[in-house]
Amino acid sequence: MNMKKFLALLLALMMVFALAACGEEPAEESPAPAESEEPAPAESEEPQEEEPSAEGGSVYYMNFKPEQDAQWQELAQIYTDETGVEVTVYTAAANQYETQLTSEMAKDEAPTIFHVNGPVGLNNWKDYCYDLSGSALYEQLTSPDYALTDGDAVLGIAFVIESYGIIVNKTLLEQAGYTVDDIQNFEDLKAVAEDITARSSELGFAAFTSAGMDASSDWRFKTHLANLPIYFEYQDEGITSTPAIKGTYLDNYRAIWDLYINNSTCDPSELTMKTGNDATNEFVSGQAVFYQNGSWAYADVVGEGKLAEEDVTMIPIYFGVGDEANQGLCTGSENYWCVNKNASPEDIQASLDFLEWCVTDETALQCITGGEGAMPSGGAGMGFAIPFKAAPESANPFVKLDAEMTAAGKTPISWNFTTMPSEEWKTQLGSALSIYAADQSDANWDGVVQAFVDNWAAEYELANG
Amino acid sequence: MEKAIKKWWPLFVLPTLLAFIIGFIIPFVEGVYLAFCQFTTVRDATFTGLGNFARALSDSTFTHAFWYNCAFVVVSTLTINIGGLAVALILTKAIRGTNAFRTVFFMPNLIGGIVLGYIWQILLNCALALLEQPLLKLDATAGFWGLVILMAWQQIGYMMIIYIAGLQSIPETLLEAAEIDGATPWQSFWKVKLPNLMPSITICLFLTITNSFKLFDQNMALTAGDPAHQSELLAYNIYYTFYGRSGPQWRGIGQAKAVIFCLIVVAISLIQLRATRKKEVQQ
Repeated sequence: MNMKKFLALLLALMMVFALAACGEEPAEESPAPAESEEPAPAESEEPQEEEPSAEGGSVYYMNFKPEQDAQWQELAQIYTDETGVEVTVYTAAANQYETQLTSEMAKDEAPTIFHVNGPVGLNNWKDYCYDLSGSALYEQLTSPDYALTDGDAVLGIAFVIESYGIIVNKTLLEQAGYTVDDIQNFEDLKAVAEDITARSSELGFAAFTSAGMDASSDWRFKTHLANLPIYFEYQDEGITSTPAIKGTYLDNYRAIWDLYINNSTCDPSELTMKTGNDATNEFVSGQAVFYQNGSWAYADVVGEGKLAEEDVTMIPIYFGVGDEANQGLCTGSENYWCVNKNASPEDIQASLDFLEWCVTDETALQCITGGEGAMPSGGAGMGFAIPFKAAPESANPFVKLDAEMTAAGKTPISWNFTTMPSEEWKTQLGSALSIYAADQSDANWDGVVQAFVDNWAAEYELANG
Repeated sequence: MEKAIKKWWPLFVLPTLLAFIIGFIIPFVEGVYLAFCQFTTVRDATFTGLGNFARALSDSTFTHAFWYNCAFVVVSTLTINIGGLAVALILTKAIRGTNAFRTVFFMPNLIGGIVLGYIWQILLNCALALLEQPLLKLDATAGFWGLVILMAWQQIGYMMIIYIAGLQSIPETLLEAAEIDGATPWQSFWKVKLPNLMPSITICLFLTITNSFKLFDQNMALTAGDPAHQSELLAYNIYYTFYGRSGPQWRGIGQAKAVIFCLIVVAISLIQLRATRKKEVQQ
């Protein structure tokens, strides 16, 4: 009997503590950074009088962009070889940045450089951002507009300007009997896409790649495509952010979403299974003509064993609103560098030095802005357009295209999705879009409208109320 | 022997106890404290009182997750235990190859939850697509049954092992006596085997109930709470509140949810332990 009592007690204890572990911060080791000092003392907030030293400091860069992970790793190695300063680069999986940042920041060896995606992202992390106003990095910016500020403090610095639109496989489009010049507005796009769908068995390809709603791909629609109704509404109202969106252009959003999902490589009810890689593979293997994505995806679609540079181009996402003849690509930034002010002074200095090196050193600039073969190892560079004085032009053809379009008088669409009230808002919108795709009824579209309009106000209230 | 144990037990207990304190007790106490705080990372908590609990309880996704989870516990506990016992009964008969079968049934336990979740997601989605039904992430009911199937597949083998051990420890004499008294196999199952199996049943019920409440990996990999939090179990709801929502207020709310969750599960499990232990018989 005693044994049983003991056993019961032991079981109860085991359960209590096993359960407790569920709600806990995981206390596991951080995945990488090498030696680092004790947790930072609070004084590190104050700018120091004497010349700060990076002696003994190390850099832990938490990268947002999985597409450029290999290049950052290589760049970090180059910097370490040159200066002896340890640089650790850790890349979060697609759509997991906020989650992983939250857990990394709680560790002793927290990231010293991290990303925020704009004003809404900054709101969560501004207590952790080192004031960059006096830094060499800030001096290097071509325009102060690229900085995220809070009062006088410069908390984030945009380091890459990107564009997205509809990537077109010109060769396939010609096989279908069209050229990109035939597509000048939403009606044209719709006509071409629907004609391709009607003849898809004869042509052997579809109009659009799968609009995957897996987490690796759904941001293309719940964030990037959703930027268009927000942008046009902001233009109408003359505002740059809002506590409550009206959803004036949601009918256009529905029209283009219908076009994407009903003229694609897969059945719209299967979208939740489709990943970002699926869409890339379909595009690269010539199964579809159009692929909505951005300049960052260039290296994924062009290269050896992929498409040739002359095969592809990018057109604006025509939305059926405004002056479509003069509509440009969607261009902006959602990548801002922030330095963790809770890091030790040595680490902060090491991080600032590293970032300055990135935007001034010739090799680093070549890696960051260059294209094919720009990395010392022979790999493709990051191809970024970066807003820094010393930077050469980006080698990325999509970025060049954006510059050409702007020079030709087209108006780029700015990135307003950075003002979306929360990640939760995007998640709910994505969920509603998937449900609608599987069963395209008006009732299900009402769910999308609700997720877009009502949830915006609710989430804004939660974030700012 | 007894004496040696009495003398040396601290030496044997100490390493584990130390690990237990560092790994469980300290984080647990800190976790409970954090439930009363507002914080972005666990290092910068400021005490705010009971507000987090009020907001946790008024969160409709949390209450939904609670009821969804309760339904899941009932269904999966029944399926797993009935399944496990049935398999155990079959595999304690003199059939050729019982050992091979036992191994095979036990194997799913050796695969991690995340991997299982993704494998079953592909399998079930293919089946649903063939049947022209909405896929797992579009339909919370499909997600529910998907989770039940997954958990049954994984856990039946484990419970089977416990039941087999229980069945084998029933003295042959008892069964023989029942047979001589004219008991049918059905009667000897209900009147002899089952009462003698009560200790195994206690353990198995305890394990399945707590496992089903705590289920996380499989939930995350199979449905990730889609559509719109409708297929979220409690543990995933807590995780999402803590990590998925941005803004300092959410961390504390997630932590408060975790404390509430802990209390609920402890209470339910203790009730279950008491109830089934009363039914245990002494041999």
